Amino acid sequence: MSELEVPAAREQLDKVQEFIQNYMEVSGFSMKQQGQVALCVEEIFVNIANYAYLPSKGMARILIAFDKPTGLLKITFIDKGQPYNPLTHKDPDIHASAKDRRIGGLGILLVKRIADEVLYENKDNMNILQVRLQKK
Amino acid sequence: MDITKEQDGSKLALKLSGKLDTLTSPMLEKVIKEELDGIKDLIIDLGKINYVSSAGLRVCLAAQKHMNAVQGTMVIKDAAPEVYEVFELTGFTDIIKFIK
Repeated sequence: MSELEVPAAREQLDKVQEFIQNYMEVSGFSMKQQGQVALCVEEIFVNIANYAYLPSKGMARILIAFDKPTGLLKITFIDKGQPYNPLTHKDPDIHASAKDRRIGGLGILLVKRIADEVLYENKDNMNILQVRLQKK
Repeated sequence: MDITKEQDGSKLALKLSGKLDTLTSPMLEKVIKEELDGIKDLIIDLGKINYVSSAGLRVCLAAQKHMNAVQGTMVIKDAAPEVYEVFELTGFTDIIKFIK
């Protein structure tokens, strides 16, 4: 398992991505899965950076662990911002016309579509969001 | 990300290369907001884009809405399979035209 703690700020995104991609490369993940995970990581981390600590600032912890025997990758995002479960957010209507198309919720929709499992809990005043992906 | 612009009268082709994510999509957003005056046909060439996130989708939607409002056309060209998949998962392939 590897852990990274960074300020929850958009400018940290590249650093977070590098951390995740390095770990996945060492664990032998395909470019396709690395790309899919990068997308999940961006969507979740940027949401934390944009909203978790508004109007103030805070830190984000990212943990990544790969279990070789089961092939299961787990990436956990932890923040101490306001309690928020992104999984309760109503999915945007993906069949709406361009005029009526709403932008909010697209990121978490992508995460839900890509990841095999997404779990949330709020514990000790921390938002804990975990994305699980099976290695292919 | 780099953006190359090719204009021919009221037709504008934007060729992007690199990643279209939270940090780079403001570059495309700036072009959409400031450089589409008089443009009736917009081509967004994603042939050299290897990654797009919801931030990229947002800007493409803004571009489509603008072109709809001026009764122009817009297409996204040469999206790689992984990139096309992101548009497809979010239903954007229903509202944006994709060509090869």
